[in-house]
Order: sequence, then C-alpha cells, then structure tokens
Amino acid sequence: MNSTLASQIVTLKIDGKDCGARGDETILSVARENGIDIPTLCHYDGLTDIGACRICLVEVKGSPKLFAACSTLVTEGMEVSTNSPRLQRYRKTILELLFSERNHVCAVCVSNGHCELQAMAMKLGLTHVRLPYRYPNLKVDATHTRYVQDDNRCILCQRCVRVCAEIEGAHVWDIMGRGIEARAITDLNEPWGASTSCTSCGKCVHVCPTAAIFEKGKSAGEMVKRSFVSELAAKREVYE
Amino acid sequence: MTAEELNELIEQEVEANKLFVHSINVCVAAGCLSSHADQTLDALKKEVKAKGLDKEIKVKGVGCMGLCAAGPLVEIRDASNAAQVMYQGVQGEHAEQVVASAGKQSVQSLVCDTSIPFFAKQVKIVLENCGLIDPERIEEYIVAEGYRALQKCLQELAPTKVVEEVTKSGLRGRGGAGFPTGLKWATVAKAQNKQKYVICNADEGDPGAFMDRSVLESDPHRVLEGMAIAAYATGANRGYIYCRAEYPLAVKRLKNAIKQAERVGILGQGIMGTTFNFTVEVRLGAGAFVCGEETALIHSIEGKRGTPRPRPPFPAQSGLWGCPTLINNVETFANIPPILRKGGAWFASIGTEKSKGTKVFALAGRVSNTGLVEVPMGMKLREIVFSLGGGIPDGKKFKAVQTGGPSGGCIPEQFLDMEVDYDSIAKVGSIMGSGGMIIMDETSCMVDVAKFFMEFCKSESCGKCVPCRVGTSQMYDILCKVTDGTATPEEIAMLEELCDLLKSTSLCGLGMTAPNPVLTTMKYFRNEYDAHIQGKKCPAGVCKIKAAQEVLV
Amino acid sequence: MSSISAMPAPPSSDKRWKLVDAAIKRHGRAGHSLIECLHTMQECFGYLDEQGLKYVATALNLPLSKVYGVATFYHIFSLKPQGEHTCVVCMGTACYIKGAPQILAALEEKYGVKPGETTKDNKLSVLTARCIGSCGLAPAVVFDGDVGGKMVSSDALKRVEKWMNI
Ligand SMILES: Cc1cc2nc3c(=O)[nH]c(=O)nc-3n(C[C@H](O)[C@H](O)[C@H](O)COP(=O)(O)O)c2cc1C
Ligand code: SF4
Ligand code: SF4
Ligand code: FES
Ligand code: FES
Repeated sequence: MNSTLASQIVTLKIDGKDCGARGDETILSVARENGIDIPTLCHYDGLTDIGACRICLVEVKGSPKLFAACSTLVTEGMEVSTNSPRLQRYRKTILELLFSERNHVCAVCVSNGHCELQAMAMKLGLTHVRLPYRYPNLKVDATHTRYVQDDNRCILCQRCVRVCAEIEGAHVWDIMGRGIEARAITDLNEPWGASTSCTSCGKCVHVCPTAAIFEKGKSAGEMVKRSFVSELAAKREVYE
Repeated sequence: MTAEELNELIEQEVEANKLFVHSINVCVAAGCLSSHADQTLDALKKEVKAKGLDKEIKVKGVGCMGLCAAGPLVEIRDASNAAQVMYQGVQGEHAEQVVASAGKQSVQSLVCDTSIPFFAKQVKIVLENCGLIDPERIEEYIVAEGYRALQKCLQELAPTKVVEEVTKSGLRGRGGAGFPTGLKWATVAKAQNKQKYVICNADEGDPGAFMDRSVLESDPHRVLEGMAIAAYATGANRGYIYCRAEYPLAVKRLKNAIKQAERVGILGQGIMGTTFNFTVEVRLGAGAFVCGEETALIHSIEGKRGTPRPRPPFPAQSGLWGCPTLINNVETFANIPPILRKGGAWFASIGTEKSKGTKVFALAGRVSNTGLVEVPMGMKLREIVFSLGGGIPDGKKFKAVQTGGPSGGCIPEQFLDMEVDYDSIAKVGSIMGSGGMIIMDETSCMVDVAKFFMEFCKSESCGKCVPCRVGTSQMYDILCKVTDGTATPEEIAMLEELCDLLKSTSLCGLGMTAPNPVLTTMKYFRNEYDAHIQGKKCPAGVCKIKAAQEVLV
Repeated sequence: MSSISAMPAPPSSDKRWKLVDAAIKRHGRAGHSLIECLHTMQECFGYLDEQGLKYVATALNLPLSKVYGVATFYHIFSLKPQGEHTCVVCMGTACYIKGAPQILAALEEKYGVKPGETTKDNKLSVLTARCIGSCGLAPAVVFDGDVGGKMVSSDALKRVEKWMNI
C-alpha cells in the first residue's frame, strides 16, 4: 500500500502555504519540511507514531474532526490549519492534564531546563495549572546499575516502549494496566535491575521526554539527552 | 452441500416433524436459564416420556421469546406451527399441567398474555426465528429458510450485485454509529488485496444492552449466514467473531453452529459446490469495553492490548494484520439474510426516511416489561416505553430514558413523542447506540447517573491518549464533589470545558463520547445539579451530601 | 526470519499444564493467540501466576513485558488467586439503578470485603461485572457461575451464607 502512496505527489496548503509532498508523508513531516512548527510530545523521529498525546492536533478544512498531525497522511488538496486559537486552547488544557496527572516538581528535577514537558509549557505559555494535582503515590526504581526509572515524571508517551522494541529489538518496556492506572514497566513488572532482557543500551534514557528515565549520578538540571535514534532508524539495513 | 442436498435435508426435517401434533418450546436463552429453564425443559421432557406422548409432542429448547423478566417462558404450538398459548414462570413442578394442556384447555394461572402491546406491536426481522427454532440444530434454521440467501447469492448474484442490494436496503450499522452498511461493504470490495477479513463485532459492551447476546444465543446461524454473504460480496475468505467472554452460552452456541455448518459444507472450502471459501473462528474478549471500538478490537484479535489507533486508515482499507477488513455488528449481519431473500427494496420500505428496517431494543431499568423488543424505526419513544414497556411500575413517575450506554445520554420527558431513529436521537444529544434503553424514574438522581457513567469511562479508558486518560479521571472527581455537595461554580465551568476537550481531542470514540451523559444531564436536569451545588440537597435522595462541618475539615 | 525456539518445559508437573500446552499448540504457538492462551490458563488455575506468564511468553516467543501488559489490560484476567467461592455483583446500568450498590454494601458490611477482595479465610471473593447481559432480570448476581436474577440483599446474603458455613 505504502509503495503506491510513496509514488504519488500531492499538493496541499498548511497555514495558507502551498506545499508539495509524497503521498506517504504525514502532515507533521510536511509541515516541518516547510518550516511550520507543530508542537509534539509522543512523536519521536525514527519511531512509529501512535497519536497518543494529542498535542499535535490540527484542523483540516471540511472536517469537523481534528487530526493528529503526526499520524495522519497528507492527501491531495488538503487545507490544514495548525495554530488556531481553538487548537492553542486545547493544547494548553491537555498539558494541564499532564501536569496534574503525576508529580512534576521541576525545580529539583535532574532534567530541569532540558525537559520537553517543561519546554512545551513555556512554548504554549502555560503559567499555571487550573486542575487539582492528583498526587498519586508512585514508585522510583533505582535497581538498574546505570539508570533510574521514576514513575512520578512519566507522561506515558511510550517512546521508551517503541525505541526498545523497534530499534534495540529487546522490548524490555511495555505499558501495564489501563486508563489512569496505566504504568510503564520492564519485563513482568519486575525491578529493572533484575531484567533479563535489558541490554543496558540506554536508548530509552535518551528518548524519554522528561526525567522519568535518567542516568544515575546526575543532580538537578544535569541530565541532557542525546538524539541519535532517527539516524539509527534511517541507517538500519539487512547486512548481506 | 449442493442445492439438492440442501433440499433433501429440508424434506427429511419436515417429514420428521410431521409426526408431531404439538411442540412445546422452552426458552433456553440466558435470561430464562438464570430462572432455571433447563430444569423446566428436563421436567417437560420427562413428563412427555412418562405419559408416552413422545411420538406426538416434541419438547425442544428455543431462543429468547423476549419477556425475560417473566421467565422461564414456554410456548405450545400445533403442527402448523401456530401458537396455542404462552406460559410464564414455568417451573419443573408445572410440567404435568403444561403437557396435559397441549391442544386442550390452557392452564390459566400460567398464561402469559401475548395480545399485550409488548408482543403485538413488534415487527420481527432480526428476531424472526427467536423463540421458534432450536439454536443448537442447523436443520431447524435451514427449514426456516436459513442459508437460502447465501445460496441465492452464490448461484445467482455477482458480488457487486450483493453489495448493491445491501446499499439499496439502506441498512445502517447497528453497532452504534449507524454507518451505511452498503458503503462499507463497497469499500472493502474495492480494495485490491488478496487477503481480506470479515469480523463480527459481538463485544456488546454497553451495560444494559443484551440484543446481540440474544441473537447469538437464539439464532447463531443467522449471523454466520450474514457473515458468509459479506465475505462473498467483499472477497474475503476468513472471518472472526469477537465475542465478549461474559457470554459463555453465546460462545458455546456459536462454536457449535460453526461446527455444524462446516459439517454440512456451508462453511469451509468450496461452499455449496462453488469456488467460494470461507472459514470462521471465535475469539474471546476479556473484559474491556474499549475493545468494541473497531481498531482496538483488531488489536485484541491480534493478541495485543486493546488500545485504539488513529483512523484513517480505516479497517476497510487496513485492518486485521494490515489487510482490508469488514467489521459489522451482530445485528447488522443478522439483517443481511432477509435483505437478500426479500430484496433491498422490501427492507427499505420499513422504517423512516434515513433509518431503514427495524431495531431491537433492550428495555431495562424501571419499566414494567423488561426484555427485548423489535420495532420499526421511527416508533415513538413514548410508545416503546409506555405501551410495549408497560410504563413505570409501583406508581412512580418517569424521569428519563438512557440510550447509547456510556456514549449516550439521558432523554427527558419532553422528548417522549420523538420518533426513534439515528438522527432524532442524535439531535437531542444522545445516540442510538446498540439499542439499550434504560428507563429511569424519580428514584434515580441524574447527577449520580452521570457520575456512574463517568466512573465507567474512567475505568474503561485504555489510557493511551491524554484527554481521555486524565480527563475522565478529573471529570469523575468533579462529579464526586457535586454529589457530595462540595463543588464550586468554577469546578462546574471546568467540567464543561473538559467535556468540550474530550469530545474534540480524544483519540477514539470512547473519549469523544464520554462527556455525553454529563452534557445531556446538565442540559435537561440542570435543576438537579443546582440542587446539589447550591441547595446542598439531592432531590432523589440518592447522594450523601456532606454536612457543612465536614466540608470545613 | 525469526527462528522458533524449542517448546519450553511446563513450570511444574501439574496436569493442568497439559491443557495450557494444548491451547498453545492448537494455535501453532502464534503470538496472536496470547489472549486465548491466557484464558485457558485462567480457566485451569483460576488466576495467572508469574511462572505461568513466563512459560506462555517463552512458548509463544513474546517479550515478557508485552505479556504482562496484555494480562493487566483485560479485567477478566486476575493475577492473584480467588477465594473458594466467587460472588459477582453486576454493576451495569440496569442493575445499578435497581439496587446493585445496596447488595454490594450488604456484602461488605457482613463479610468486610470490598469488590475485588477476598475474605481472610479465603472462602469468598466479591467481584463486580460491567453487565452480564441479564439486564431483564436486574439486579443480577452470579454465584460461582450460577446467575441469580431480581436479587435483593437478603437473598444474596443467604446464598453466600450457605458457602460460609461449610
Ligand atoms: C468505545 C466503543 C465501543 C464500541 N462497542 C461496540 C460494541 O460493543 N459492539 C458493536 O457492534 N460496536 C461497538 N462499537 C462500534 C464499532 O467501533 C463499530 O463502529 C461497529 O462495530 C461497526 O459495525 P456496524 O457498522 O455494523 O455498526 C464501539 C465503538 C466505540 C468507540
Ligand atoms: S518512561 Fe519516559 S519514555 Fe517511557 S512512557 Fe514514560 S515518559 Fe515516555
Ligand atoms: S479516547 Fe480513551 S479509550 Fe480511546 S484511545 Fe484515548 S484513552 Fe484510549
Ligand atoms: S505527537 Fe502526535 S499525538 Fe503525540
Ligand atoms: S446491567 Fe446487570 S446484567 Fe446488564
């Protein structure tokens, strides 16, 4: 299916700008190629998109529904609007929901200043959260020799799950439970340090948007994440 | 099985039935079974044998007769299959009287009056065989014109013609959204892919709805036939029935039906002597409402967590294992054989302009006659509740009808004269849903009902997308504060804002429709919200309002 | 591409593993049969234990976290053993408005167990369901698989009491 789509050239308008694209491209990638920024959280270059955070929602003319830019393919004649007041309002409220869900205390966080959630709040101009914090009682797993997992800061973007399954091929991570009780886990919800499948490659550490996964021995503001996954994904090949 | 063999089988069955002067039909669908209809059936069989009447009277288990609350239901029919009498609440101890009454004076104390509107006003298409045939014998389905539509399709109609007929019928999906079935079939038929699938959605997750369950338990072959016709029309050769695990009897009867159909060559390879192949497998749900959503359902069949994914691509384009997949609801498939037998135009002559045919509703809650009814689309809501349903018991006052389960809303008294179809229900803020109708009277608190459904959505949310995962939880917390009298006007404003957010931004239908019960109750029963918030009082006396001192602490 | 490893040995000599084994093999050890296999395991043992999950994961060639994710997503699966008897109170809409909450409250008051809990003597587990399709007979309660319709608290307590005295 995608090979036929890939050979189609489509034209569309994003925020009034005429764009040309291949039929197998997403609204997000075409927008970015054209210098139009759509905010994202669960998207990560090089990983399969799942449309979970809903931050990247855009309007498409002629449809009452909103579409996740990261996981919607462009079509001929599409007219996309990425930053209407309505979208800005929704994005802010979604972000408020995320902050209220777990226990985000930026000042003492190892990722302070390098956190995508924090950066998104600044970008969208979120100054305070109107919803009551839920203050769930969550665990910190420091059993791994090099890394720590802290559920208090997880936004369930599933980047760790995807990078580990799709790029590293170990599938150490997954999500357990459902709804508000969902949690990121390793193996059979066992201590990460006891994992038999983890290769300690550190990919999950670097894709995690917050400090829900971080390196040991860092203090507030010291955890800087590297991005190498999209390159890895692009360079993947079958040898011989 | 070839056409001749099919006819032969029918003749044999008719011949065998000729010997009987009467048949005593005992409902052995789940409702009556929980009133121990199995014991009634046994007792009747024993009694007939003991009286040496087993050559004249046939005792058999049949599917649901509709009035589940009065079960076990038993019906006596004569050789021409005309009904003599229906009995209600028949226990083993009544066996002697019941058997003795065949063809004679009926037992007055047990009679269930079938001239009441509950029975008389029904129009049966989907349920035409329910209560008449033994769901565990394919022969009975075949004698009742079963598999004739499939035969006609295979022998006389090209796949495109079948799709045309379904389109002409105007049938819309009975799973909730009311999507035109013909259009969906055409999309799958058009897809250029060798492998395609047909899936029957038997997840029936709306609490308070049991239409699909009844069809599966009472007439499983009808669903198989509908699926086989769909497979032929769309070019699929494999089918799955995704059935919720809470319905063990439906699963058992489906598996039995599949086996029988395979044995006589109606499912499998080279069906009815043609080159058409179609196999069906049952897959079990495991207690997740969201798995009724089509992409979540597909993930579940694939053995994964039942989380939905963004559409497009729609399953018709890319579904099970990435192949084009047709997904329809149980009742949708059950409508297919009669449509093909009698023609799309016949079907389109029933119902309203935009909603054709009949709809099966499950009446439950505070209504006198609880059970299943099948009525033409467009019947007035008042007629369904007060005439067929027999009104509100115990001299209580009607308050609302809840339709569409957690995705629907509460319809108040002022809309009782509305004609029930997809569009009119949507207009008042609810949805048709799968057909559950829960009737509520003055003893129900509408804020409590809204909270009940929000709790449902919160714990059934798959947790993948943020608005639904966190939003339902926050909304539930606010509703809890309303019901204990501590909510502030700001919180109500936030509740309304979240309703809009979830509707617009959630990934799947669960989150998008989760606000509906709140929105409809806020719209039509605002006074009850106000009574809790300002008056610190629950008018229905359901909620426990916190005393002022408690609030301060 | 991927090679199938040898079928692992069952966690114990318990005969019930034969049934789980049969389910695994009936589906050709395909990963998509995970939910079916978990159903079989729960039918055989009443719940899913860690060893069993590991066994199924290995037999179906699936990552452990994926198996755990699936087992905890679906509410029918239980990761801890149930009591000798189970009493499932339907909390679907029809049952809810016809008095199911009162039945739950009565059970809790008498036996001190909330939904999802088991009594200390391990005799009784109280559970809730999301609608068992017997709405016409609401409120419905399932006692060890046997559906009771039009229940009132006193009937439910009576049926449970019979178990407790044995
Ligand atoms: C949260 C959710 C739950 C659903 N549950 C069911 C269900 O239990 N049964 C059903 O047939 N359709 C259900 N649906 C609708 C299906 O996604 C799908 O539209 C339907 O099965 C299509 O069949 P139809 O066109 O014959 O109605 C549900 C949808 C959503 C969003
Ligand atoms: S641990 Fe990090 S990467 Fe994984 S789901 Fe949570 S926030 Fe996302
Ligand atoms: S709307 Fe709810 S159920 Fe649907 S994908 Fe989002 S979290 Fe899951
Ligand atoms: S980035 Fe598109 S939904 Fe998260
Ligand atoms: S609501 Fe209880 S059986 Fe349906």
